[in-house]
Amino acid sequence: MSSLFGSGGAAPDMNARKEQMKQQIQQEQLINKINENCYEKCVPKPSSALSSSEEQCLSRCMTLYMAAFDQVSKSYVARVSKERSGLPGV
Amino acid sequence: MSAQAQMPQFDAATRKELEEFLEQEQAKAKLQASVHELTNTCWNKCITGGISSKFSRSEATCLENCVDRFLDSSLYIVRQIESQKQQL
Repeated sequence: MSSLFGSGGAAPDMNARKEQMKQQIQQEQLINKINENCYEKCVPKPSSALSSSEEQCLSRCMTLYMAAFDQVSKSYVARVSKERSGLPGV
Repeated sequence: MSAQAQMPQFDAATRKELEEFLEQEQAKAKLQASVHELTNTCWNKCITGGISSKFSRSEATCLENCVDRFLDSSLYIVRQIESQKQQL
């Protein structure tokens, strides 16, 4: 059966572009969240320019926030699939 | 919202496929949004001190437990409200 969507489509180019777009949207959301939370943590009193220690803090914070995102993602997916298998008929 | 009204140019099988595709993508987007929201919540809850090069042991433990306890709380609250409703 020919399919407009899905992996069997005749337009791999289109699918690749869709994937790229999705990833981009995902990344934008993550970047916004990182900025929001790491700015809060690392720049308590904004001055006329970022100091080097603020920049170092931001760069550590980015790494940590992404690690937290991975952990949460893992836990959440595990929990959702656990709840699903526990409920009969779902 | 009916797909028929929005997409009259497609036949029934195509509309069905489109609807299913949209449903799947919306479910995925919802899951992603939940993960972003939860990461935000757990970050604020667990990372209370300064930012060092890695998580402290207590921060790491907190993050590991955060999602499950959040969902436990959510379930508990729903159950409480259900039982209060039954007492009325």
